[in-house]
Amino acid sequence: MTGFFLLDLLLFGVVITAVAGMAASWVDRKVTARVQYRVGPPPLQPFTDIVKLMGKETLVPAGVSRAAFLSAPLLGFCAVAAVSTVLWVNQLSSGGFAGDWIVVLYLLTIPSMGIIMGGFASKNPYASLGSSREMKLVMAYELPFVLAILVPVIQSGFAMRLGDILADQAAYGAMASSLSGAIALAVAILCMQAKLALVPFDAPEAETELAGGVFIEYSGAPLAVFKLTKNMLLFVLPFFLSVMFLGGFRFDGIEILWTVLKFVGLVALVTVIRNTNPRVRIDQALRFFWGPVTIAAAAAVVLAFLGL
Amino acid sequence: MAKTIIPIGPYHPLQEEPEFFTLTVEGETVVGVDVRIGYNHRGIEKLSESRSFDNSTFVIERICGICSTSHPFAYVRAVEDVFPMEVPMRAKYIRTIIAEGERIHSHLLWLGLAGHFLGYNTVYMWAWKLREEILDCMEILSGNRNNYAMFKPGGVRRDIKSEDIPVVIAKIDSIVPTLEMIKKAVLDDPVLHARLKGIGILTRDKAIEFSALGPTSRASGVARDVRKDSPYGAYDQMDWDMIVTQNGDVFDKAVVRILETFESVKIMKYCLQNLPDTEIDANIEDIPPGEGIGHVEAPRGETFHYVRSDGTNRVIRHKVRAPTFMNLPTYKATIVGYTVTDATIILAAIDPCYCCTERVAVVDPRGRRMFDGADLLRMSREKTELIRRRLGCR
Repeated sequence: MTGFFLLDLLLFGVVITAVAGMAASWVDRKVTARVQYRVGPPPLQPFTDIVKLMGKETLVPAGVSRAAFLSAPLLGFCAVAAVSTVLWVNQLSSGGFAGDWIVVLYLLTIPSMGIIMGGFASKNPYASLGSSREMKLVMAYELPFVLAILVPVIQSGFAMRLGDILADQAAYGAMASSLSGAIALAVAILCMQAKLALVPFDAPEAETELAGGVFIEYSGAPLAVFKLTKNMLLFVLPFFLSVMFLGGFRFDGIEILWTVLKFVGLVALVTVIRNTNPRVRIDQALRFFWGPVTIAAAAAVVLAFLGL
Repeated sequence: MAKTIIPIGPYHPLQEEPEFFTLTVEGETVVGVDVRIGYNHRGIEKLSESRSFDNSTFVIERICGICSTSHPFAYVRAVEDVFPMEVPMRAKYIRTIIAEGERIHSHLLWLGLAGHFLGYNTVYMWAWKLREEILDCMEILSGNRNNYAMFKPGGVRRDIKSEDIPVVIAKIDSIVPTLEMIKKAVLDDPVLHARLKGIGILTRDKAIEFSALGPTSRASGVARDVRKDSPYGAYDQMDWDMIVTQNGDVFDKAVVRILETFESVKIMKYCLQNLPDTEIDANIEDIPPGEGIGHVEAPRGETFHYVRSDGTNRVIRHKVRAPTFMNLPTYKATIVGYTVTDATIILAAIDPCYCCTERVAVVDPRGRRMFDGADLLRMSREKTELIRRRLGCR
């Protein structure tokens, strides 16, 4: 049993997630480029970027804690791989366990923790500012995100396994087809944008303000791991939302087409949002998530209780 | 709360030129700002004094790649001011056309960069794509995209061919719908409103106090434009509006620039359609001793040139004052109290141009330059250390 789980982790959690994540990253970059009258990168560009960074020298700033600085990228990477494994296991077999969606929610905050840790470990004013912004951002979006994820749980009769939520959707249609599900999906997509730290919520990195913010001191392999984690998140988050709201990914017959459409659709939505908005200030992001977004998420929860 | 220094520069992805802003921050709020420039000094005034009057025009053109018309324009006006002379009407029209083309592409460049600073890269790419059309127009008219080499004391160097005029007019007309679209996209975007309105306010009083120039002052309700106040070129020949807004925030500065682009299109088109049929050059032979001043409205504000002649074929003193020199100190009034996020766009809002502004080097009595790049770097580091120590931050 343990052996099988390890295989799942390595094959689905790391390899397939990384490949799919880089593909998603390419879609994002290519669509962005076309929107901006540019040609855009070739399909292998995200992969080439990672490989190139892997081969570069790793510089550790003088006077920082090496352990904290270098383990920060791995923290997020492992968490994302674990999330992906849990999702795949639920998707392909009924290998979930009670409360696995809670574990997923928990693990999904870890990449942000890794980023915060790495930023503070860098001992750089830009990185510290970036880290404090990331902290505020996490506090801003976690509440509405959890509320939004509660909606499918409530609708499926308080299912504690992702597999049960999927089974419920297979029987009664996707969660997003109900009013509360649609609201919760919209909320979750906004939170996904913030979790990915993309415009308009890219204040922690804010190239033109903080010169990369939290990542400013990173180079070589640790930076590559950060980038890879971001690419993988670009796959894992749409995957998670798809499992919770859109009936998950299926690979039998015509369903493959739907799977690809759901996935590319969610990635394209992320891309469109990031290309049609300027960066908001961190206090504006906070107000946005705690104000309208949380209210919408709470309303969706109430509607779900009422069975709408 | 502890104070921290956030350095922006000398090399920073915010702005493409070397400049150094020391933002003193408490948390995210800026409580103090210091500006240090001087990384880009090239000694152009001195260089200009070693060239003949005609040749200097080319040197002056290279003060700035964006204001590559405003500087020669101001310079030739200064030379023409040394003695009484009249520039042919056609030359005045051609000068106006080139100057307005420059204003359009400069404002579009700013708009794109402002979008980029806000993380709105779509606006960046779209504005610059549109700017290409104008650069093509300039290439048709002058043969060059940026440094046009059209100006000479007494007139212009190259005529505009009549067969080019319809092509250029068609091209200018073709950009107007896209310009309208960008204007709508920028001015009606609620997120941009949230980011730009009420940010970096330069009040009317402060604008006057700091002698702010160009769009920076016009956005604060100070109706100041050399083209209206002391008309030169062909600006008094047609109707056009000076764009003045009242709020003085970053949003209004954007509004002024975007709306000015439409006025520039109008002026450029009028000049092309009504190009008088005269000579293009007054053929100045000698410049008598004397001194002259020339000022023009560059895209960033009033550019001012002073020229002294001793009757030889050279300038013996040439002084340049670029608009950024006057607009830079307004940071003191606009940045303090806002967040670091706002500071970046406020810094960009005056459309700063440091290569225009830098014309000072420290030399010893024997004329040797006293500080090189390494010295400046060391001094700037020492100064940063000093400030950090004085503020007691680590």
